[in-house]
Amino acid sequence: MAEYQTPQLDELEKGPWPSFVSEIKKAAETSPMANGLLGQLERSYQEKIGHWKHGGIVGVMGYGGGVIGRYSDLGEDFPEVAHFHTIRINQPAGWFYTSEKLRTLCDIWEAHGSGLTNMHGSTGDIVFLGTRTDQLEPIFSKLTKAGFDLGGSGSDVRTPSCCVGPARCEWACYDTLKVTRKLTMDYQDELHRPAFPYKFKFKMSGCPNDCVASIARADMSIIGTWRDNIKIDQGAVREYVANGLNMDDDVIDRCPTKCMKWSGDTLAIDNSNCVRCMHCINVMTKALAPGDDRGATILLGAKAPIVEGAMLSSVLIPFIKIDEEEELESLKELVEEIWDLWCEEGKSRERVGEFIQRVGLGNFLDAIGLEPLPEMVAHPRENPYIFFEQDDEDEDEDEDENE
Amino acid sequence: MAEERLTDIGPPDYEDLLPPVIKDNYGQWKYHEILKPGVLCHTGKSGDKLFSVRAGSPRLVSIDKIRKYADLADKYCGGYLRFTSRHNVEFLLTDEAKIDPLIADLKELGHPVGGIGNSISSMVHTQGWVHCHSAATDASGVVKAVMDELFPHFANMDLPAKTRLALACCLNMCGAVHCSDIAILGIHTKPPVVDHERLAKICEIPSLSASCPTAAIRPAEVNGKPSVEVIEEQCMFCANCFTVCPSMTMSNAETDGISIWVGGKVSNARCEPKFSKLAIPYLPNNPPRWPEVVNAVKNIVDVWAANARNYERIGEWIDRIGWPKFFKLTGIEFQKEHIDDFKFAGTTYHNSAHLTF
Repeated sequence: MAEYQTPQLDELEKGPWPSFVSEIKKAAETSPMANGLLGQLERSYQEKIGHWKHGGIVGVMGYGGGVIGRYSDLGEDFPEVAHFHTIRINQPAGWFYTSEKLRTLCDIWEAHGSGLTNMHGSTGDIVFLGTRTDQLEPIFSKLTKAGFDLGGSGSDVRTPSCCVGPARCEWACYDTLKVTRKLTMDYQDELHRPAFPYKFKFKMSGCPNDCVASIARADMSIIGTWRDNIKIDQGAVREYVANGLNMDDDVIDRCPTKCMKWSGDTLAIDNSNCVRCMHCINVMTKALAPGDDRGATILLGAKAPIVEGAMLSSVLIPFIKIDEEEELESLKELVEEIWDLWCEEGKSRERVGEFIQRVGLGNFLDAIGLEPLPEMVAHPRENPYIFFEQDDEDEDEDEDENE
Repeated sequence: MAEERLTDIGPPDYEDLLPPVIKDNYGQWKYHEILKPGVLCHTGKSGDKLFSVRAGSPRLVSIDKIRKYADLADKYCGGYLRFTSRHNVEFLLTDEAKIDPLIADLKELGHPVGGIGNSISSMVHTQGWVHCHSAATDASGVVKAVMDELFPHFANMDLPAKTRLALACCLNMCGAVHCSDIAILGIHTKPPVVDHERLAKICEIPSLSASCPTAAIRPAEVNGKPSVEVIEEQCMFCANCFTVCPSMTMSNAETDGISIWVGGKVSNARCEPKFSKLAIPYLPNNPPRWPEVVNAVKNIVDVWAANARNYERIGEWIDRIGWPKFFKLTGIEFQKEHIDDFKFAGTTYHNSAHLTF
């Protein structure tokens, strides 16, 4: 195996934070590809520039996504990484594993790739970093036998992901893992065969703390919430205060709608004015909890800057009981309605959020058959340039008369 | 007979991967506590307790490391573990007495425990020079340098509120860095260099033209070949043209660099989710340890930690004190680049006489 000097990368083995360089070096003990990566990366550090070329089209038979083609522009200097493709593997919901499953993945990757991974990629997939085209089918065959499948890439449904949900969180207002699995399984075709104008991401967060950042990056953000009253254990509240919690400074004054009162003995919440921000519940985990009438808010349209600027998702459905089969099915019908419209009218590389921005939320709602609600806007319009729809009834009558 | 080729089977069912204590208490957790840095205790309505030990990770891990995680899971957790949305690994225990031995083993393995509560958790980040074609900076190296410096805030819960850091190596922003307390963003500062010789052979000129958000790219004939021209003063270096056409080179070793953004959040706690705003337009790429970037991030964290109230995240703190004071306290110079000039620029001007002196 070639021996590469890595004086710059060696600097990144120092310090208390775990080092990615040590990980690459460990893999390089047995993998020529990982060793080639060390060589090329050191070159990047010296030259202050990346050395990967634009992806080519590679994949497994019958799939249009899941593999990112990657080639070095220094293939002659570092032949080990001349071809260095990425494979995205759909993670189990909530990123739960058994040691046995992890070892199976490691064995497959040891036999067919660089031995380097991301646990996990930004979207949530298990990422296998670096293999050659002729290894893709053998890897895919072993993965599927072991119960794994590829994730999304390109203009398709990207691998759905979710927070830990009811598996380990008392605040989960719906079963994020179950909904994630349901959408993942029902949309296998849309996930593996890109047919959209651009990518479409689902992210499931169990409460408004939004631990998977769905409001910032999911085309459809499903965020848990509740409609009834926050549950209060007054004894436990008093215990927090007895143990030193400054109720006025740290809870009452931090409430965004000032809907809480502390008498020195009893905590009162005007739930009709609570916006479900979670702060008081976050502070007093033992004393407060979301109510029992739980469900989710559906928001639409988040994305990173490219092309038309970054957007956060905005409210589409204020509340649904998503744990119920029927409601989830009706949400799926709405999703498919949105996809049909976006596929028909959307421009290439236009995310749903940008599409809505271009056609206007009002027109978008008309097209998918939803009524406008005040919950959908931060405030009504400030400008008087109102597109009053022209009543064309008279015209119709004229036409009728002509017939 | 040929073996059946399995497709569209989806991921393994999570239900088969949950430890028994989670199966027994699924959806029936009552409350949780932070026992100490990096250690959570969830108590079920049943009275069952689940201890989660969270360890930091570089995200880029070898199969050797994953096998070691698996060994630890076998030794302490009946073979069960999970990962978090910020690349941490979490071990799920039912025996409280095993927490400290596990932490000692993790330390031995080089993986510190922390990132819970009012701390800095692992940084969400992208591929950078390790694996991306459009990177304006490395990702893992900058993250390593920043986390080394801020390490005490990962290992201890010594901050006014939680702080979420993230890095994206270009404006494509794989990961939600645009809503982070502090975002480190790789940027280009020069217009694309057009390869007129090859462009028409590998790119579709109309879609290349259409890819530019400021209409700075026009079809043109150059040296007798169909190609494009770039109206350079209209380019804001987003690199979307490079994404659709490899003949539009954006990377530049001398002028690529890093911008720093502050005050974003995704959680709804207290205030609504919000975008990060520009703090520092440009810092040079200075590998291997990016000292300018590390110092800038540390300075912002230090000034915030010294001035914020309890539970006030960076964006909430700035909302209270105002941006002029943020720039004054941090000593960051306010420049023309801080003033927005894209789509909704007008909405970012200060339309009031509310000022502090």
